[in-house]
Amino acid sequence: MKDTEGYVTADGRQIGGVLMEMRNITLKFGGVTAISDISFDIREGEIRAIIGPNGAGKSSMLNIISGFYTPTIGEVWYKGAKRPPMKPYEVARMGVARTFQNIALFEGMTVLDNVMTGRLTHMHAGILSQAIWWGKARDEEIANREKVERVIDFLEIQNIRKTPVGRLPYGLKKRVELARALAAEPSILLLDEPMAGMNVEEKEDMSRFILDVNDEFGTTIALIEHDMGVVMDLSDRVVVMDYGKKIGDGTPEEVRNNQDVIDAYLGVPH
Amino acid sequence: MLYRTAGQFKTSYQADQALFPIRQDAFLLGIILILAWVVFPMTASEFTFQTLLIPILIYSLAALGLNILTGYAGQLSLGTAAFMGVGAYACYKMITIMPWMNPIVAILLSGVFSAGIGVAFGIPSLRIKGFYLAIATLAAQFFLVWLFEKWAWLYNYNASGAIQVPNLEMFGTYVAGPQASSIVQYYVVLFIVSLLTMLCINLTRGNLGRTWKATRDMDIAAELIGINLMKSKLTAFAVSSYIVGVAGALFVFMWRGAAEPNLFDIPLSFRILFIAIIGGLGSIMGNYLGAILIVGLPVVLNLLPAALGIPIDSATVEHLNIMIVGSLIVFFLIVEPHGLAQLWRLIREKLIIWPFPH
Repeated sequence: MKDTEGYVTADGRQIGGVLMEMRNITLKFGGVTAISDISFDIREGEIRAIIGPNGAGKSSMLNIISGFYTPTIGEVWYKGAKRPPMKPYEVARMGVARTFQNIALFEGMTVLDNVMTGRLTHMHAGILSQAIWWGKARDEEIANREKVERVIDFLEIQNIRKTPVGRLPYGLKKRVELARALAAEPSILLLDEPMAGMNVEEKEDMSRFILDVNDEFGTTIALIEHDMGVVMDLSDRVVVMDYGKKIGDGTPEEVRNNQDVIDAYLGVPH
Repeated sequence: MLYRTAGQFKTSYQADQALFPIRQDAFLLGIILILAWVVFPMTASEFTFQTLLIPILIYSLAALGLNILTGYAGQLSLGTAAFMGVGAYACYKMITIMPWMNPIVAILLSGVFSAGIGVAFGIPSLRIKGFYLAIATLAAQFFLVWLFEKWAWLYNYNASGAIQVPNLEMFGTYVAGPQASSIVQYYVVLFIVSLLTMLCINLTRGNLGRTWKATRDMDIAAELIGINLMKSKLTAFAVSSYIVGVAGALFVFMWRGAAEPNLFDIPLSFRILFIAIIGGLGSIMGNYLGAILIVGLPVVLNLLPAALGIPIDSATVEHLNIMIVGSLIVFFLIVEPHGLAQLWRLIREKLIIWPFPH
């Protein structure tokens, strides 16, 4: 598959060229090698899953993509250019948004304010304008509120928009976190275990939202998930990691029949 | 009943984002403003101005400054008094170097100096958090007070080592110094405090406020959604120190009339921190409630025995006072650890849905 060429998924969606590419990524913490020499790409419009047993280095990989870790060796290519080492907030401003494995919402703020923080990178009014709540600051506040309301509508959290986040149950918090990431209108959305700790209904809801986001906004999604059923249903292509190495990469069917993957998950007799 | 919100519909986001989306809140604020601008000054005695009205306003402003930093941006600071001192000394130097300067402009400008110093002492916050940062700001507290004492240029080489507020005129009336009348000073303080409170309300509900709160609640997540933590923390230090500096200038110029370096020692820092904590961190109104409790209550308690005709000597009253205020502080913190403002918020929430429990 060439970088610029896309492919058509099993359900008939057209996937574009390469949006983000990891080239020979190695990550070491002192003497421990968390990730060794992994390469894969994420294409425009696809849902890409990263799976693997516990401690395989999936979250570390996500942290590299979002700029929280800098790889020891290797390059991250984004939108056709090599990404220089940068701070996480700079990466976020380039259109990479994410959610967290352990919910990382701003507990002291309302749902609305939390989602509004997702728009921070789109707001540029100066401090004086904000202090007098006039001119650019007020206009921005209203324009961005409209965008945020669209996301709130989309994720069906209208009724809790003014509730402090600390009072919400777990499943809703996960949804608010997704809303905050979506509000940034990212080019690529990273989801770190979006279904962890959810019951079946909540998982169904979340899966529907992920598919809808991808479908309606065309957002590229990279996700880590342990629920194999969900992963196989949702994703277009899957990367499988084990002990920091890539052991499989391809469509869910290809991965499912890959002997290394089966060994990693089921174990092999020694 | 009083707080019925049914029937108040919003048809635009602008209306929903208005300062008082609920009509009753605006009404309540209107009453408070009328009290503060008209009723109090018309009825207050010299004693009331000097022991209650003016100090409560000034302490509220200082606590508001600290609250921006600690309550909104989550950066603990124990150097408030020193930053007040910077404001006071800066104002004194400006007034003595340029006596023609408008006193209100001088007071508002003096905050700029403390903002600069605040940012400089805020730099450690980029690396350290919580109690460790509080200790780092203690360095500012001790260093600056030492500087006020040793750098004679700051107090114009006075033999006493103190700064004395000269008579300052504005539009033909004295606003500061021994000749100024209390009511004029009260209005100057009220004007500046109202103005800065207004600006702070806007800042904290807007984009900058959300940036600060995000930094406070979870800094790692904040950075990963695109917040430059350095900028967020340092603007909090700047805005906070500005307000604290202005409060310091008011403290000396509109109330004390003179100041020695040790006036800005650590007990004052603690006092303002208590006001902010008891009033409620992360709230604007809390600062006023806290100041009323910490500054106002002792004064009222002092007067109470005499007013009721109970024969107790003043030393005993003083001791009782400390005990009562102390236990009240403990009581309020047990009832509502998030401060008086949160207590009011809960009452308001209950009132809105009254008479139904949910």
